[in-house]
Order: sequence, then C-alpha cells, then structure tokens
Amino acid sequence: MDAFQLVSRALASRLGIDLSEISLDTELMELGVDSLDSAELLMELEEKLGIEIEASKQMKTVRDVVNEIDRAAKA
Amino acid sequence: MNRRVVITGMGAVTPVGIGVEVFWNSLKEGKCGVDKIERFDPVNVKSSLSGEVKDFDPLKYQEVKEASHTDRCGQFALAAAIEAVEQSGVVGTVDPFRAAVYVGTGIGGFETTESNCRKLVEKGARRISPFFIPMIIANMPAGSIAIKYGFQGQATPAVTACASGSNAIGEAVRAIRHGYADVIVAGGGEAPITEASVAGFNAMKALCAAEDPKLASLPFDKRRGGFVIAEGAGILVLEELERAVKRGAKIYGEIVGYGATCDAYHMTAPRPDGAGAAQAVVEALQEANYRPGERVYVNAHGTGTALNDIAETKALKIAFGEDEARKLTISSTKSETGHMLGAAGAVEAIACALALRDNIAPPTINLLEPDPECDLDYVPLTAREGEFDLAISNSFGFGGHNACLAIRRPPQL
Repeated sequence: MDAFQLVSRALASRLGIDLSEISLDTELMELGVDSLDSAELLMELEEKLGIEIEASKQMKTVRDVVNEIDRAAKA
Repeated sequence: MNRRVVITGMGAVTPVGIGVEVFWNSLKEGKCGVDKIERFDPVNVKSSLSGEVKDFDPLKYQEVKEASHTDRCGQFALAAAIEAVEQSGVVGTVDPFRAAVYVGTGIGGFETTESNCRKLVEKGARRISPFFIPMIIANMPAGSIAIKYGFQGQATPAVTACASGSNAIGEAVRAIRHGYADVIVAGGGEAPITEASVAGFNAMKALCAAEDPKLASLPFDKRRGGFVIAEGAGILVLEELERAVKRGAKIYGEIVGYGATCDAYHMTAPRPDGAGAAQAVVEALQEANYRPGERVYVNAHGTGTALNDIAETKALKIAFGEDEARKLTISSTKSETGHMLGAAGAVEAIACALALRDNIAPPTINLLEPDPECDLDYVPLTAREGEFDLAISNSFGFGGHNACLAIRRPPQL
C-alpha cells in the first residue's frame, strides 16, 4: 500500500466518509480535520509505519501528509 | 429576583434502560440493572458485578469522529441531553447567552485516562493521544453539550463526587431563580466501570463483593456490603416558569428547593450522626415551604454501604422529626440501577418528578432483611401507589458533599 492509500484510508475510517471524497489535493480543513485531529492521524501513521514524523510541520493538504510520510520513510 | 424554575425536558441513560420512559417503567417494575461486568475482564478485581448501560450506540447521537473523541461519560451525558433538549422544544426560543449548561460528573473520562496510562507504560509518551486531556477533563460533557446546541451562557459543571448531578441541578436552579440564565441544561454523567476504578473503589472496601445480582445492591438491608458501581447520565432542561408557560412548553415539575452542605468530617465516611446531610434536607424543605403533614416521597441516596444507610436514616429523622420521618415513603432506586456516582442525583431527580406525575413510588428491590438501624418505610420489593405533595432526592458524595433537591408537581396556573 502506498502512502496516499494509507492516509486516505486512515482519514476515511476516522471521519466516517467515503474514500472517493479524498484526493491528494483535498485540504484537511475541508474534511473538518483540525490540529488535534491531524496530530492524532500522524501518531497513528507513525505507529503503523514505525517512522517518526516532524510534528511541527504545517500540513494543509493530504499531499503534505503523504510527502511527509515519504520523507520520514526514507530518513 | 426570585423566579420559579420548572422542568421542561428530561433525558436518561441508565442500566435499566435508555430513555426516560423506558427507565421509569423499569423502575416501577423493579427491574434489576445489575449484572456481570462486561466493560473489562474483572478477573483481577474483587467485584464481578456492575450496572452497565446495555446496547448503547454513541453513533445514534454523534458523528464517527466526534464519538471517537468523546469519553463514554460524555457520550452518555450528550445522549441524555439530546433526549431532554429535543423533548423541551427550547432550541430556537432562547437568546444563546441566556442558555447555559450545568452538567457535572464525579470523575470525568475514566476510560480514556486508563487507556492512555496503559499506552504511556506500554508504548511511551509519544503515543499519548492529543485528545487525552480534552477527553478526560470533568467539564467536557458540559462543553460538548454547549457546542451541540450553541448555548453560550455560563457552563459550570459541579464536581462533588456522587452529589455532582444534584449539585449541578441545584446550582442551575439558583442561577435561573436569580436571573443569570433563563434556560439551563443540568444534570450529570458518569462512566466509571474500568479496571483501575473498580480496583480503587474495592481498595476502599466501598463495593459489594456479591456474585449474585439479587444479593448485590441491598440498600437498607442488613446483608448489604457496599454499593454496586454503575454508569449512565441524567439531564433536565430547567427553565424559568413564565417563559416556559408563554411558549407553551410541557412542564414536568417544579424544583422548589435545594440544600447543600459539606460534612467537613472525613475524606469518605459520612458524619455518623447524619447532621450534615440533615441540614441539606432542612434547607431544601424550607425553600420548598414544606409543612408537616404533607405526603413526601424521598428518593434516598441509599447506596447500600454500611455507613451511608444508617447515617441517612438518622438525617431524615433529624430533618423531618421522628414522627414525620415514619410517615415518609422512601426508596433507593440504586437497588435497581446500582450507583451511577455523579449521574445518580440527576437520574434520581427524574424519578422524583415521575413519582409525582404518576402517583407511584418505585420500590427498593432486594430488601428482604431490614437493618434494625434503618427502621423507616423504604417501600420494599414492589412499587407502591400513593399521591405525594412533595418529592425530595438526596445525594451525598465523598468529600462530605451533601445535596438535596425538592420537587413539586407542575404549578396549576
């Protein structure tokens, strides 16, 4: 599973929405994901992937999260 | 300013049913809500019984995301608030800054506290949820209800252990009476059936160790050995009388008195002479303009601990006088529900309003062997018909908190 699939699935189950509502350019705010929600999402992904994500980074879109995961996975 | 305060909505989530009428029918039938603990595996604790809310689906009341970020305690409070507020029809009739939320809890997010402490030990500090703090703080049930309805008046939850629900309602009554708000959603919620919580109450020797549900919650019975821990929520919509009448709201009762004191005696034990509790009852009766000879239903605190039931019996004798105390119709509905801690007083206030409405006192079930030191009329085993002029609900909490609410039928206008 690639990073986008992971992120979109985590978001969909968390928010109770359909996967089709999430694209790379979807803004987190649009989905009703606030700063606490995104901190919780990143924590779940960190645990699942065994990586460490820089929590202070501003993440506006799903793409930002995916890029951060890819970067952390390479680190 | 001394305005009158009436009940225009009620909501209940209890071990004997979800929804006020389901709950009330169960009480009248003497249904036992005590059963084997299923919230966690009780293999390592001394108590195997509790009063759990069965078949509760938080997604009936909240979206997936909100529900996952609300402790079970707040989920119950919100569910009961939705029932009460929808029944009241108050939404859209009130200035948001004149509508408030006074919903207390004894402890707060016990399940969330425990799950995050486990994470801390097992996985380290990095795995503590960003929702840990907002989910455990004891004021969050009130905050969540305020968010749900946009009620922007003061939201101040009472945190007085097992008196929380009653103190929240009493303080709300005073706030409306004295003009600080016109509508208040008031009551309590609690979800304390976790391993650490049960172990903690066990360590205090506060819980009964019975394995048979019919021998567990035994208020005023000489076989009693502690309370049965339970969960739930009770919520009232309280409203200033004139505005309630003007908008044609259905009125379920009037809160006519409130008394509150502190024993200032011991962390957990009540004053053995019942003097602190008695004073709370006296204050509530005075506000209610109680006159000797009136027919009174008492929903007792009646936990089924050795100390409470004797001290409460003494308190009632002090407050009413020995002769009038013998005429009281008293029951402990904790015999049916178990002890919902901070939710108990609010749920029991609902039972009082309905006892007045239906002219019936719910029973103290399981009461087969009365304690000679508890020698009043506790309506053993089955409900009893009877017309009452006044109902009072007692709640006493660890820390010495005593609260008493007095309720009358809706005013005849």
